[in-house]
Amino acid sequence: MSTFFKADGLVINFGGIRAVDGVTFEVDQGEVFTIIGPNGAGKTTIFNLISRIYDASAGRLVFLDEDITRVPPHEIAKRGIARTFQNIELFEHATVLQNLLLGRHAHKTSRFVEELLFLPKVRALELAHREAAEKVIDFLDLQAYRDSLIVNLPYGVRKVVEMARALCTEPKLLLLDEPSSGLSVEETEGMAFWIQDIRTLLGITVLMVEHDMSLVSAVSDRVLALNYGRPIVVGTSREVQEHPEVVKAYLGG
Amino acid sequence: MRFLFKTSYAQDLGLFRDSVQRNWYVLALASALALPVLVPSYLTDISLLFIYGLCGLSLMVLAGYTGLVSLGHAAFLGIGAYAHVYVVQNLHLPWIVGVVVAAVLTAAVGMIVGIPALRMTGVYLTIATLAFALIIQEVFNQWEHVTGGLRGKAVDKPVIFGVSFATDWAFYFLCLAFLLFGFWLTNNLLRTPTGRAWVSIRDSEIAAQSMGVNLAVYKTMAFAYSAGLMGIAGALFSHKIGFLAPDIFSVLLSIQFLLMVVVGGLGSMHGALYGAVFVALLPVAISQARDSVPVWAGQIVGLVGKGAGNATFSAVDRFVKQPGLEPGIFGLILVLFILFEPLGIYGRWAKIKLYFSIFPLYKRATFRRQRAYMRSERLR
Repeated sequence: MSTFFKADGLVINFGGIRAVDGVTFEVDQGEVFTIIGPNGAGKTTIFNLISRIYDASAGRLVFLDEDITRVPPHEIAKRGIARTFQNIELFEHATVLQNLLLGRHAHKTSRFVEELLFLPKVRALELAHREAAEKVIDFLDLQAYRDSLIVNLPYGVRKVVEMARALCTEPKLLLLDEPSSGLSVEETEGMAFWIQDIRTLLGITVLMVEHDMSLVSAVSDRVLALNYGRPIVVGTSREVQEHPEVVKAYLGG
Repeated sequence: MRFLFKTSYAQDLGLFRDSVQRNWYVLALASALALPVLVPSYLTDISLLFIYGLCGLSLMVLAGYTGLVSLGHAAFLGIGAYAHVYVVQNLHLPWIVGVVVAAVLTAAVGMIVGIPALRMTGVYLTIATLAFALIIQEVFNQWEHVTGGLRGKAVDKPVIFGVSFATDWAFYFLCLAFLLFGFWLTNNLLRTPTGRAWVSIRDSEIAAQSMGVNLAVYKTMAFAYSAGLMGIAGALFSHKIGFLAPDIFSVLLSIQFLLMVVVGGLGSMHGALYGAVFVALLPVAISQARDSVPVWAGQIVGLVGKGAGNATFSAVDRFVKQPGLEPGIFGLILVLFILFEPLGIYGRWAKIKLYFSIFPLYKRATFRRQRAYMRSERLR
């Protein structure tokens, strides 16, 4: 059987601190896999390892049977992994549409000189990119914000725009870093629907870091609990929540 | 307020936003074509303005769109100027070849300068480009075989395909043509993936990277393109000043270019031109003020008493003839703009336009900058 995504014995040291300590998990195609854990458990660090912002000290990352542990960061999007950020890393002085079009960068085929002269080929490619971006805009209901600058948008909308930008790369695996952080209860419910739609309608596998347990139990197939960079347990949301070690990690004792 | 009704995606790919905007540009071009008739005595100043417009555009690509601030752009201008003059006057190659060589050579140098930019950010990069500019100026000094060293080098009037561009108005149209060409090329880049990649690097390197932007490639590309434009401007500049000497391409000129993009408005192509208007015409205004201000001051104070009037005249006169006055005024204006109008002339213009288009509803908060705590930790 082929591997969709697998982290194998992932380790990273920051000086004397071992932030991620031998984390192994596997994500199957088409599922929603969630990583939970208290603050500082190393959840976002795992994301940064997968998107290759950090270099793993040890361990392997496998995506579609290919070792991506040492692939340069800008190649990750081309392999089909897109991500969002916990605190939103949008291009703030650009419009929503421009942000989404940048999401199409991994599919760029035009050359510099062709762009310099804006040849008909470039125009055709631009129109194709635009169409792909518009599909995502329709999917996530962002029509009203298409031409607004990010700086003028409320936080909740920015979260959705960031997800839209990730979807524009046409990923096979979508990494969502705390999709509900900073959102109201209502917006979080909306987010749950969208994550389900992304999985069922677009067929994209979702790997998510999340704190909001209502969102976690609503959408995830499997949950991995971490503490101090070490995995505690993998299972369904209910199993993980009732696991004594997980309760201890969150509440102490 | 006017809303644009869009019916096709192609509409967003045009050079102009709508027919109204296009008509304004046509009007601007028409007045540019009429200027030789209207203000013949200022033609050389306006030619310089157009060359500065190209320089501003060059630095705008780098500082305004890619977010890499350079204090070494006068060096690129110098390399372009010397390369062009060497190719045309020493190698006796056609004029247009000189321009191409100037552009390609400066782009290559820009690429080399851009490589350290991959490791340095912010003020460190700026210092590195400053050091580069100082080194290049020393090269101009020492490499007498090519540059003529401190003795300088006289530049002939441009002759393109046998046609002489010796008159002021012919050179004016030559500069205008190159300015329009530069704006067209840059606009093309900015509406395609390359331009968007540059903007993404400016706003969030980390997000750019995860979207598939190769930071190394696009940063060096921005440096190379910016330097290449500067090389073309340098070729024209050499004819404008008519005599090349190393001290022309000093750090002060680099600072003027930076002033241009900041005063004009970072991150807008219009801003490059507004800034150029400002920087090219301010010295003209200052030199006129040098003569008239002491007289005015003397006359005003002279209403009180003749002795006081004469004293004021000579005091003000002595003050305005101080040698460091011009850079001082430039510096002061730069500081004032950064403090009170970080978006530059373009930003002020955008605010005024918005004020009138949504008349009773304008609020200052629309343009207030976002608080920094919303940004995530930068991962480095």
